[in-house]
Amino acid sequence: MITKMRRKLIQFKERGLYIAPADTYIDPWRPVDRAVITHGHSDHARRGHKAYLCHHDSVNILKYRLGDDIKVEGVAYEQVIDINGVKISLHPAGHIIGSAQIRVEYKGEIWVVTGDYKIEDDGLATAYEPVKCQHFITECTFGLPVFKWKTQDIIINEINEWWSENVSLGRPSVLSSYALGKAQRVINSVNHDIGPILTHGAVENTNEVLRNSGIAIKDTIRVTLETDKSLFNKALIIATGSGINSSWLNKFKNASIGIASGWMMMRGARRRRAADRGFVFSDHADWTGLNDAIKSTGAEYIYPTHGYTNVFSQWLNEQGYIASPVETEYEGEVVE
Amino acid sequence: MKSFAALFQELDRTTKTTAKVKSLAKYFDKASDTDKIWTIALFTHRRPKRNVKTSLLREWAAEQAGIPLWLFEESYHIVGDLAEAISLIIEDGSEESEKSLTSYIHELINLKDQDEAAKKEYVLQAWQSMNQAERFLFNKLLTGGFRIGVSSKLIVKALSKSTGQEENVISHRLMGNWDPATTTFEELILSESGLDEISKPYPFYLAYAIEDDPATLGNTSDWQAEHKWDGIRGQVILRQGEIFVWSRGEELVTDKYPEYEKLKDYLTDNIVIDGEILAYKAGKPLPFNVLQKRIGRKKVGKKLLNDCPVILMAYDLLEYDGQDIRTKATSERRAVLESILKDVPQEIPIRLSPVIAFSNWEELKHIRAQSRELDCEGLMLKRKSSEYKIGRKKGDWWKWKVDPMNVDAVMLYAQRGHGRRANLFTDFTFAVHNEEGDLVPFAKAYSGLTDKEFKEITAWVKKNTRERFGPVCSVNPELVFELAFEGIAESTRHKSGIALRFPRILRWRKDKNINEINTLTDLKKLLTK
Repeated sequence: MITKMRRKLIQFKERGLYIAPADTYIDPWRPVDRAVITHGHSDHARRGHKAYLCHHDSVNILKYRLGDDIKVEGVAYEQVIDINGVKISLHPAGHIIGSAQIRVEYKGEIWVVTGDYKIEDDGLATAYEPVKCQHFITECTFGLPVFKWKTQDIIINEINEWWSENVSLGRPSVLSSYALGKAQRVINSVNHDIGPILTHGAVENTNEVLRNSGIAIKDTIRVTLETDKSLFNKALIIATGSGINSSWLNKFKNASIGIASGWMMMRGARRRRAADRGFVFSDHADWTGLNDAIKSTGAEYIYPTHGYTNVFSQWLNEQGYIASPVETEYEGEVVE
Repeated sequence: MKSFAALFQELDRTTKTTAKVKSLAKYFDKASDTDKIWTIALFTHRRPKRNVKTSLLREWAAEQAGIPLWLFEESYHIVGDLAEAISLIIEDGSEESEKSLTSYIHELINLKDQDEAAKKEYVLQAWQSMNQAERFLFNKLLTGGFRIGVSSKLIVKALSKSTGQEENVISHRLMGNWDPATTTFEELILSESGLDEISKPYPFYLAYAIEDDPATLGNTSDWQAEHKWDGIRGQVILRQGEIFVWSRGEELVTDKYPEYEKLKDYLTDNIVIDGEILAYKAGKPLPFNVLQKRIGRKKVGKKLLNDCPVILMAYDLLEYDGQDIRTKATSERRAVLESILKDVPQEIPIRLSPVIAFSNWEELKHIRAQSRELDCEGLMLKRKSSEYKIGRKKGDWWKWKVDPMNVDAVMLYAQRGHGRRANLFTDFTFAVHNEEGDLVPFAKAYSGLTDKEFKEITAWVKKNTRERFGPVCSVNPELVFELAFEGIAESTRHKSGIALRFPRILRWRKDKNINEINTLTDLKKLLTK
């Protein structure tokens, strides 16, 4: 007797995660006709697709990063789109502004693709919400039990203290973080009474895009040739990873360099970058967060992507899930 | 522990030497004398004995964190440091202890005679009463080499700053066999005479590799040339009728080289000789891998003594008649050394490292080119008027090694690194083709590439892994590297039948593929040279 294996609703293809009955991809890494995008980071929102679908808050980000001429449609969280009988909806992922988990339902089967996500409400991105499903494709960038985050308040306090100390020593504080997401998270949470916040061009451009979309980002000053240099020693200067590795940094004599990243949990990663300070500050779920998120979906089938996928899958299998790692081209959190 | 952890955090947060010295000096100004002594001891590799097996620590950490042991092991490989991995995996307890560094160290020493259950109870309780930074340091005390980016040079500078004593004096005082458990800060650093210890060695003077043409050194008549012997550096102390032998790593190795006992009977007392511990037979040095058989051995049997006898190849004299003569000129010290060794009979295991006569630099270049035939690493150049300095200093002593040998090989295995290279694949095993065309691993190397290259290779390894064996991945044999090495010897311990001396990566040959690498036959040809 021949039993026919039912095809998976979401398949792992050359070009990305493919919803066959809807002929639609999620975060594809090669050009396709129709792409649903979880969020605006460049390893998830790539160039060259004929049509993009994403959350309203991501629309301007995608246009800014991929070009004004892209064909992009914005939807609200939980708004259901029907394509050939496949119900697709976006749900808050808490990773950055506009980030979404993608829920896909077809003939009673429910899949969720997380993109990147974090559990803690950062006050800027719409907070993560668990979505019930049977199949859960989850990132696991920090899927090892050594990664456990402290709360945002504690880390922001550390940043404030470091910045204040630098001000008292008369030296600039340069903080490296992602231009989209973490930078604004820092800008909106640190104590602006300490001094002004200056920004690298890549960060400020993103700030402008978000402000123009009606998102409240606190005051910042773009660093240009005309910027009053006397501000430097009092300022928190938000840079990108590539910014702190370039001659741009030479503007700020005697600066203390900080890096905000989950990888700063590991001393080796911190020392490799020759940074003065590492702040363990991530837009991804930590070990506890990943495990709690998986549990709250009620899913039986788990597909860990980008991260320590083999190790994490083995762990999940021992916990009674049916887990298998999936190769993707997402990068998770990168420090340069 | 809190103030020690705060010190460590300050040191760890800066790469600037001046800032580190400042933090250390500030700590030395405030810390208790016993904390000071233990801090000095830890940073100069005088850690208390390990009283708990690391395999037990791993089990306890996994158990405490509620995870399977394999998951702990995986995490450890990625963190790249056992003490750190444990410190991260254990959650902070509710109460923090105010115990001092000294109290913790005493408690760890006292664990020696306790049973496993008591050790476990103590360690788990300690983990719970610390924050992560303290837990990391506590684990460093428990697990092994206390290497955390502070050199003994920094300690010397900081102590000098804190006490107002000269660096040279402090540097000498920190040498030797003092025991932090019984030595006071007063005795070690402050007292007029210092510890009156007859075994105390002098800090070694180390040479830099010469980068320019030696002709830039000026007049040949100002320089003394010697062979660079391929053994290990040693200092032999004869004081009050006793002999002490120190290795460069400040390890007392007298018992490992019993041959030297004879020196007591033929040399004048109260002298300190600097030289090379060298495997030597029938008037000739033996290759380094012969000596290697003795380096690791605590006890040496008759057969080993017979197969790998050692001599001291003497090249400098630091103390004569109980007087420190390091500030005298190299030529003067040499003259005294020669007079001491003049009448020593052949059967006594000491030789005078000969001075090489040469009239111009060109001639010396030719002599250097013959070093390998003499089983030497190259030449040493010493300025005749120079004093004997402390540590690695430029200007007066230069090593001028022969050019290394090269081989093109393919990467077969990759392993994650430790410390600042954690979570990067940095340790590689390389292979060449044997006569049947199979790949045979023959060397491991982990230095010579930039961080950027390691990052690129790490990304490649992740995509090209065939099999995983714990921290080691076997990879598709595609990436070709040019390796450099100092020597090659036959080896029965390696599948390839050869062992390389100091292999390192010279460059990544992106222009070559696996069909263009060297063969085992190529390598074996170098053996006969």
